[in-house]
Amino acid sequence: MGTHLDARIEDGIAILSFATQPAHQPNTFNDATIGEFEETIRPLFADPDVRGIVITSSKPDFIVGADLQMLAGARALPRATFFERVRRMQLLLRDLERCGKPVVAAINGTAVGGGFELALACHVRVAADLPAIRVGLPEVKLGLLPGAGGTQRMPRLIGIREALGLITQGKTIPVGKAAALGLIHEVVPADQLLARAVARARELEQAVQPWDVKGFRVPGGEVHSPGGFETFTGGNAMITKETWGNYPAPRLAADAVYHGLQLPIDQGLKIEARNFVELAYDPKTAGMIRTLFFGMSEAKRLKTRPKSVPIKSYSSIGVIGAGLMGHGIAHAAAINGVEVVLLDVDAKAAETGKERIGAILTEAVRKGRLSESDAKAALARVHPTAEYERLTGCQLVIEAVFEKRELKNSVIERVEAAIAPDAIVGSNTSTLPISGLARASKRPDRFIGLHFFSPVQKMPLVEVILGEQTSEATLAEALDLVKAIGKTPIVVRDGRGFFTSRVFGTYVTEGVGMLAEGVRPALIDNAGRLAGMPMGALTVADMVNIDLSHKIRQQTKADLGDAYQPQPADGVIDFMVERGRYGQKTNAGFFDYQDGGKRLWPELTTHFPPAERQPELEAIERRLLHIQAIETLRCMEEGVVQRPQDADVGSILGWGFCPFYGGIASYIDYVGAARLLAECEALAREHGPRFAPPELLKSMAAEGRALYQ
Amino acid sequence: MNDAFLIDAVRTPRGRGKPDGSLAEVSPVELAATPIRALIDRHRLPADTVDDVVLGCVEPLKDQSGVGRWAVLASGLGERVPATVINRYCGSGLESVNLVAAKVMAGQIELGVGGGVEMMSRVPMGSSGFAPATDPRLAAAFHFVPQGVSADLIATKYGMSRESLDGYAVESQRRAKAAWDECRFTRSVVPVRDRNGVTILDRDEHLRPDSTIESLGKLEPSFAKVAAMAGFDRVVLQRYPEIERLEHFHHAGNSSGIVDGAAAVLVAGAGAVDRLGLAPRARIRGFAATGQDPTIMLTAPAEASRMALERAGLSVGEVDLWEINEAFASVVLYFLQEIGVAHDRVNVNGGAIAMGHPLGATGAMILGTLLDELERRRQRIGVATLCVAGGMAVATVIERVGGAD
Repeated sequence: MGTHLDARIEDGIAILSFATQPAHQPNTFNDATIGEFEETIRPLFADPDVRGIVITSSKPDFIVGADLQMLAGARALPRATFFERVRRMQLLLRDLERCGKPVVAAINGTAVGGGFELALACHVRVAADLPAIRVGLPEVKLGLLPGAGGTQRMPRLIGIREALGLITQGKTIPVGKAAALGLIHEVVPADQLLARAVARARELEQAVQPWDVKGFRVPGGEVHSPGGFETFTGGNAMITKETWGNYPAPRLAADAVYHGLQLPIDQGLKIEARNFVELAYDPKTAGMIRTLFFGMSEAKRLKTRPKSVPIKSYSSIGVIGAGLMGHGIAHAAAINGVEVVLLDVDAKAAETGKERIGAILTEAVRKGRLSESDAKAALARVHPTAEYERLTGCQLVIEAVFEKRELKNSVIERVEAAIAPDAIVGSNTSTLPISGLARASKRPDRFIGLHFFSPVQKMPLVEVILGEQTSEATLAEALDLVKAIGKTPIVVRDGRGFFTSRVFGTYVTEGVGMLAEGVRPALIDNAGRLAGMPMGALTVADMVNIDLSHKIRQQTKADLGDAYQPQPADGVIDFMVERGRYGQKTNAGFFDYQDGGKRLWPELTTHFPPAERQPELEAIERRLLHIQAIETLRCMEEGVVQRPQDADVGSILGWGFCPFYGGIASYIDYVGAARLLAECEALAREHGPRFAPPELLKSMAAEGRALYQ
Repeated sequence: MNDAFLIDAVRTPRGRGKPDGSLAEVSPVELAATPIRALIDRHRLPADTVDDVVLGCVEPLKDQSGVGRWAVLASGLGERVPATVINRYCGSGLESVNLVAAKVMAGQIELGVGGGVEMMSRVPMGSSGFAPATDPRLAAAFHFVPQGVSADLIATKYGMSRESLDGYAVESQRRAKAAWDECRFTRSVVPVRDRNGVTILDRDEHLRPDSTIESLGKLEPSFAKVAAMAGFDRVVLQRYPEIERLEHFHHAGNSSGIVDGAAAVLVAGAGAVDRLGLAPRARIRGFAATGQDPTIMLTAPAEASRMALERAGLSVGEVDLWEINEAFASVVLYFLQEIGVAHDRVNVNGGAIAMGHPLGATGAMILGTLLDELERRRQRIGVATLCVAGGMAVATVIERVGGAD
């Protein structure tokens, strides 16, 4: 019995079962597990008592890939050393498939990344017939590519066209589909898996991979065939279409397939390894893994939750306001087993909210994401009402009424009159400072901001906002609720626009303001997309409603008085509002909306004539991202955001900021404090004090510090 | 520097470039040999008198592989005559003449043949592979899009309407038909015959003289679907972010036709002219090739033309006639706009939209058309130019010598 692997020989068949340490986590490959695997399996190649080998796992999963922590450490090595490490695994798998004995993968659970690459190196893959099992090569989703032969074996097995799609999109698929594609030989009931695998190891006469047979040809056509020409020409453009050219991983994965498939597999593997190393050392990949893998899962697991407070479990909550946000929050609670009292001004409004929840559930059932009985049970947990007394037993109540201070104040009072003294009141406000709202509360220590995003059923983020008096217990228990209803929290301190709305707002304002400078509208919108934002600034402005931006600014102006800094966008927004062009809602904003499509409003360039000389694309991209970086640093300096992880997770989940950098904090580190400082100083000189670097950036630059240390 | 004289320029008719096109049954070597044989016959060239042959061919594989030398032997130029095959994509046919002229000017040869051949029916476009399209890193670095998308990009960027492009195509058809009807191609077109002397083709067969703006208006744009689905529209936006949306206006009717054809141009220095008693028709005054952005790809002919004129010490205003290859209608409209000349001095006998574009040969063909028309009009200076894959272009300036005027 090894540490990570159990090996036994039964009647001439060696059975290797992975159970890597730590025991409570899925099986992964790292230096230790690979080392033990190699030491265990190599002797079997020559062992006369062994006729065949079966590889499986004694955990619920098969193997879920490489240990990304190890990868992060590997970057400290010289590239040549790391290259040799990648090669070591590749060569082991080559020796495995050429050992002359049948090797069978018994896929008992999810086999992805390196796990599936190991399976692909086996002569036969048998999988258990379990719907939860996924197989595939999802590496590109973390900025990597399959580095243990995946880019070479998969296309040699099922053809370039199918494999290229799966690899460059990082798609994982159920075993049935994998079998249909030819990636898996046989799907059997789970209880027969090992027996079938052993039998196949015994039965197989020619233990040789198709690509090691003389005269092998790639199924479905070679790289340089009419089909290959079409696949790659279209595939290359498709990668640009899907990534806007911002993610290097799909491109380098396609490159390994393209060049590797023109050569014998041993040469192809070298190309794959070189591209893998290239990606692994790209600082963008590091940022991506840090946030998308570690940051997200730590946020979901509430890593920063105060440990001293006992974990609270929720059976019943209340939601005030059954509108856009309210019904979405209630839906999230209901599908996660929490009873929800959904309260609105009258029974009809509350009932309408429940109907909208019903519609979301029906859609989920139609798409096969939810069973009919689960949908029914979820809907039964929603209790629409107009009576505040019904809130009595709720452990936490979230108000999601209109963004009007007086209205919210009165709702808070009525809620507190109805609920238990220790119940929490949460406010789903996106604009009003929490400490101000807390003044309406009789127990501000139990008051907290819970900023959900729209549409709630699709947006996983909740920005948890601490008021001045919010207690640690309230924070901990509010986080417990966020987790319980399947959302991902970040914790921020109070302030205008908190973190997400405040920083995202600068992107939109900066883009809209460029119109006044004479930048072409299409250039503004495309530059935003090309920089890595999910939508162009003008498109966003239309979506969130120009009228609303106008109102928010009026409110801000009134609140700040002389401290308000006019923005270049102000004039543009005023102009649009005067014209009644409020955005998508009115089918007329910066764009005209017709027949489901949109075209720029032709008169836009009449009113904001394009300058003779247009700025370079890179200059616009830099402005659109740097303005967000500066605002983030201000938030950190003011203590609104305290950890770069929160900024990263919040920026990706909240407004889709460039996931390929790993989020806004990672972007700041990617650019580097010194360069960011110099560029923002130059931008401030040219465009105004909104780019003026905060002290935090100056000290980071002076001390050579990054946000992540 | 020595003078390089154009003695003659001949071409085959252009057959539809499909397996059922009239010239498809002819071998590429035989087709390439046909205009060379015409040069031998017309100028009574003794065997082994030509110093070098350069043929353009964009897909030099299968029966077009190394086609120059085999065409030389098949034509009877003599076994001492060497040949090479060059590929400057769509500019190959003109580039081959420029190379021969350069050798003459440099005094390294006295008599040469430039030209080209492309049998698109036999060896279709893309047969030899195209790394900037298929190689993932190159496609990304060069922002590769198919040429038709580039043509649509020109139309979008410079605000051309579908009607103006279709209108140009209709006029090209009208001019080509008129030119044929008035026998303006008689001097340069040599019929393709079989071994029995039976004519296989003696007239361009791609023409659609009945085209109208209305009939062309019914054609679906060729690149709209593929560009949107595969993502070429977005590749274009990466390089041209000032464009809101790419318009797709090009279709089979306002783009060059896919055809088979071959051409040969006899270039001589003064020594060969005297020795063989040749009659120069024009002098090659200058030539140039250049490159621009490979994504928009087809905009460089104006710059190449200006460069060639500058080398010749001439100005745009001194040019009497222009031939610019009609790869796509937008290429010509952009060229007219950019170089600032009126359509009535450009492609006066139609072009590739009507008659087709046999990739490796077209440059030599339009040079011949230019020469014939300068003579017919008793004019002096002409420029031939072509847009070339990868953002390149090639141009040649000729000046008619001798003659009646």
